[in-house]
Amino acid sequence: MLLDIADLWVIYDRIQAVRGVDLQVAEGEIVTLIGANGAGKSSILRAISGLQPLAQGTIRFAGQDLAKWPPQIRAQRGIAHVPEGRGIFGSLTVQENLRLAAYGRRDDQIQADLDRVYALFPRLAERRQQWGSTLSGGEQQMLAVGRALMRRGRLLLLDEPSMGLAPFLVKEIFRIIQDINRQGTTVLLVEQNANQALKIAHRGYVLETGEIILAGASTALLGNPMVRKAYLGH
Amino acid sequence: MKKSNQASERGRLGGWYWTLGSLALLALAWLLPASGIMNLYLQQVLMYVGINIILTLSLNLVNGYMGEFSVGHAGFMAVGAYVAAILTVAVFPRAWGPVVFPLALIMGGLAAALAGLVVAFPSFRTRGDYLAIVTLAFNMIVKSILENINAVGGPRGYMGMSKLSNLVWVVFWVLVTLLVLRNVIYSNLGRGIIAIREDELAANLVSVNTPRLKIYAFCLSAFFAGVAGGLYAHLLQFINPRSFSILKSTDMLVMVYLGGIGSLAGSILGASLYTILMELLRPLELWRWVVGPLLLVLLMIFRPTGIMGLKEVRWLQPTASEETGWGKVARRS
Repeated sequence: MLLDIADLWVIYDRIQAVRGVDLQVAEGEIVTLIGANGAGKSSILRAISGLQPLAQGTIRFAGQDLAKWPPQIRAQRGIAHVPEGRGIFGSLTVQENLRLAAYGRRDDQIQADLDRVYALFPRLAERRQQWGSTLSGGEQQMLAVGRALMRRGRLLLLDEPSMGLAPFLVKEIFRIIQDINRQGTTVLLVEQNANQALKIAHRGYVLETGEIILAGASTALLGNPMVRKAYLGH
Repeated sequence: MKKSNQASERGRLGGWYWTLGSLALLALAWLLPASGIMNLYLQQVLMYVGINIILTLSLNLVNGYMGEFSVGHAGFMAVGAYVAAILTVAVFPRAWGPVVFPLALIMGGLAAALAGLVVAFPSFRTRGDYLAIVTLAFNMIVKSILENINAVGGPRGYMGMSKLSNLVWVVFWVLVTLLVLRNVIYSNLGRGIIAIREDELAANLVSVNTPRLKIYAFCLSAFFAGVAGGLYAHLLQFINPRSFSILKSTDMLVMVYLGGIGSLAGSILGASLYTILMELLRPLELWRWVVGPLLLVLLMIFRPTGIMGLKEVRWLQPTASEETGWGKVARRS
């Protein structure tokens, strides 16, 4: 298992956001985590990337316990988190945003990664000298994903990449996530758009008030009457 | 292959310009006073300009590039001034003055850098207004401590320094500060510092070690403030705790925001304009504290980002920026 989470608890003051979650992601998979607002999806991602301390439980990445690693070390070891709200560096250009994501690597070694990102997102190539804050929501999302790719991460954590995007852009983003996965990156995808997420994922988990209530292959989840009723709207 | 060759070619050329330009400036700084073309008053004003440039550049690293709000920079200046002064007056024989002066300045800078840690550690957990309070407190603590140590004169101040600062030393340290900060800002380190300003969380997620960079930035900034303090002490030949009060820190903030945050050229411009303006307004006596700030208010109305906010002149950027795509700051508006 690339990622192995056992009995994870995340607690904010008195609120138990995540309550004893077990979750596994194998190398090469797309795994999606679906659930309503406040179900604890983002908290799980934040716990994995180290932004949120655990109350209890273990997270193992490529066999190693993450507990002692601060976020920047986890990022170095291959966990690329695209947070909710994207975290674009607003007064840096698109190109500078991407170059910053390759922080710590030599300048002459990152051209190939830049080319790869621009090939995946031609829109970013057109806007490369534009300030991050002047991009549209969709473009910012692309930039956030592009930045995660510059990290050459083994595991990509995506937090609601479709949020606030026009329908045709949502399709585009999901197509690109599939492309990225085919190129060898493992993806853990948090989504409210359960329909789209389950269509591209291999497996899925359904989260409700901090607990996993369902898990399985995405085709099975797509056919599950309860999932259809609660998250797919029919 | 060809591209990178061109880049290094231009890089080398850039290096030559820097070396020649610096030497020319240093020669001028020696020649003009020595030949008597420049009178003492003018020299003095220019030295103040230089010291203020160092202070403004160093404060801009923290406030402009890292996006923290430090309001107690005079505290670091005080540490550097007192340490350097004590070294030349009480520790080393007076006759050695001119020889040990650079050493005393560096020691003063290092002492200030050490004091920088006092502010760097709280900055791990807090920022914005709250960190501003910490820096404010730091400034007050330094001032109070100095006022209560009788060995350095307490509130009466410390004197006995020879006039070791001259235009050549001031210009030299301005150049060192400029060169070091420029190289830091356009390095990997500087990118990390700018990332902290833009979004600290996202900086963490792209593997920037934010605590370490904060230590570097605060200490480097404090170091140059300390050096400036040493130069100031050996120019005025008298220092007292009151000359390093919050007012002094405010002056530095004004120069940073007048010139523009996140800009080296802006810092040079801001410090020069403000220092010379306040000097020109001297005949107005008390009224200059009205006219000077009024001009600032007007500037903030018509140009809220300062003269060069987030912009940089071409000659301060890395020469190979076309190839690396970093440092296109100048073309923004």
